[in-house]
Amino acid sequence: MEANRRKFLRIGGTCALGLGTSKVWGVFAEDFEKPAENSKALGVGRWGMAIDMKKCWEKGKSGCRECILACHTSHNVPDIGNRKEEIKWIWTEKYENAFPGRLSGLEPPDLREKPFLVLCNHCENAPCARVCPTRATFKRPDGITMIDYHRCIGCRYCMAACPYGARSFNFKEPREHIKSELNHAFPTRESGVVENCNFCEERLSAGKAPLCVEACKEQNCEAIIFGDLEDPESEIRKLLAAHFSITRKPELGTKPGVYYIIQGRGHA
Amino acid sequence: MLERALSGSSRYYKLLGVLLTLMAVGLAAYLIQNERGLTVTGMSRDVSWGIYIAQFTFLVGVAASAVVVVLPFYVHDVAAFGRITILAEFLAVSAVAMSLLFVMVDLGKPSRILNIIFYPSPGSILFWDVVALSGYMLLNLFIGWNALEAERKGTCLPRWVKPLIYVSIPWAISIHTVTAFIYAGLPARQYWLSSIMAVRFLASAFCSGPALLIALCCLIRKYSRFDPGKDAIGKLATIMTYAMLFNLFLLGLEFFTAFYSGVPSHSESLKYLFIGLNGHQNLVRVSWLFVVLAAAAVVLLLNPGTRQSEKMLLGAAGCVFASTWIEKGLSLVVAGFIPNPLGQIYEYSPTLPELIIAMGVWAVGFFILAIFYKITISVKSEAAR
Repeated sequence: MEANRRKFLRIGGTCALGLGTSKVWGVFAEDFEKPAENSKALGVGRWGMAIDMKKCWEKGKSGCRECILACHTSHNVPDIGNRKEEIKWIWTEKYENAFPGRLSGLEPPDLREKPFLVLCNHCENAPCARVCPTRATFKRPDGITMIDYHRCIGCRYCMAACPYGARSFNFKEPREHIKSELNHAFPTRESGVVENCNFCEERLSAGKAPLCVEACKEQNCEAIIFGDLEDPESEIRKLLAAHFSITRKPELGTKPGVYYIIQGRGHA
Repeated sequence: MLERALSGSSRYYKLLGVLLTLMAVGLAAYLIQNERGLTVTGMSRDVSWGIYIAQFTFLVGVAASAVVVVLPFYVHDVAAFGRITILAEFLAVSAVAMSLLFVMVDLGKPSRILNIIFYPSPGSILFWDVVALSGYMLLNLFIGWNALEAERKGTCLPRWVKPLIYVSIPWAISIHTVTAFIYAGLPARQYWLSSIMAVRFLASAFCSGPALLIALCCLIRKYSRFDPGKDAIGKLATIMTYAMLFNLFLLGLEFFTAFYSGVPSHSESLKYLFIGLNGHQNLVRVSWLFVVLAAAAVVLLLNPGTRQSEKMLLGAAGCVFASTWIEKGLSLVVAGFIPNPLGQIYEYSPTLPELIIAMGVWAVGFFILAIFYKITISVKSEAAR
């Protein structure tokens, strides 16, 4: 009897171990860079954005927030109403906060006082995606940093890793705080998951430009330019080739995909 | 052997009763957090980790109690530690159990915790830390339990346990290293972006683990028939002294680089901790308390007279434990987020529910510890007879 039970346990244990290893094997054998089917169809190298701040300040109406509104309404971003738990995909910061450590103190007052648009940089070398313990945050082959709201465990490691403060965590149930009309075409989120700007991937796959870009265009401002950073013929590449631009914290090696044109077009 | 946990003195039952009550209160607070979300805590989008992750970090250190005893005993034949190896291993088990629970209570979506295993991410340090910690907990559980069983039967350790013991030694180094890597690899946080982080974690682990073990040994001697031995406690005190000095030396190195280089991003968090930044000084008092406790520990430990008196040694162990708790279990984590990556300052203070949940997790750990120690002491005093 004793020998039989021992034998049974031994065989059972070996089987369980075998099943366990198959899972581990899967991890290392897996191809991490499976291309998403859609992006190939679009034939895009890497999506990127250029923001001409001077144009935004000079041509935009004073206190214009159309890009932020367009984004936040369409993406069902809740208005939590306190700074501590704020959810934001695109917002404004002062120069010294958008580019900390860069302030000499003698810049033109405009530069120091006026708002800079900030959002997820969709870094090529994204720390948030690197640290995610479940691969809920991942890089798409077209450069977009995406998050799977249904896989995220809410550990907030990505928030510790993001050098741009671009990630928001749902500290409470967000649906009760959506002040605008609900957009049924885009998912709402649950309490306990992280979210960030998705470069309007839902619109890109339908062949449309991101909402912030559209909203800016509607204001006859066109301060936000969007396009393929890997295509030398794209509008954004031509613009960046013709004007001096900076990215946020380039020294960290994250390779941001959002560029800021400082010496505006028509001023060079 | 497990049945020995069920019968004990009334003092034992009272202890379990108190711990169970604290656990129940913690659970109630956790249910509220689970219902309302992490909004019940003091964490924010700027300070996105708080007391939970700090406790996790500190308790991984306490788990070093096992290796500081196991390494000398099994590799260098330091016989004095033979009496306390099992105690040290079970302390490590409970410390790691608490660490893992602290990660669990910090999650926004705890129900999805298995996603770490379902979608393993070799690129994520947190994934490796969960692997390292669970492995270390199981190793110590197996080793401790088998050693105790051998002691009960009066036989020597089963042969297959020996390799596990040798594996557990580098594994212990790995848990501190990997936990340090969670912090030391983030470009966004200059305060943590330091290559000596792993060594600092090892140093503070090698003093906080023995500190708690010394206190527990003294308690056991006082309240049970089992005597862990003066010699073992004395040797632990030596290890703790060296580790504490090294720990403070390494912290000093951080100060040198931060302030002599003059690079603002390297010194801002330290300034926030010790003098306050732009008028924000939530942690200044507790940081200076750290300095006082650490200094007291050094004085008590370096002076042979005080180190060899049991009462003074207990006081020194208390100072070591409390000062490393302030440094690893609070300020290291919080100050990493201040200022935030945009150079703004938003402070953090834990809320009452957050503290109650943390207390509940500590109670779980001490409950596990009480049960294991009860079994161990029963077996050991029977074997002695």
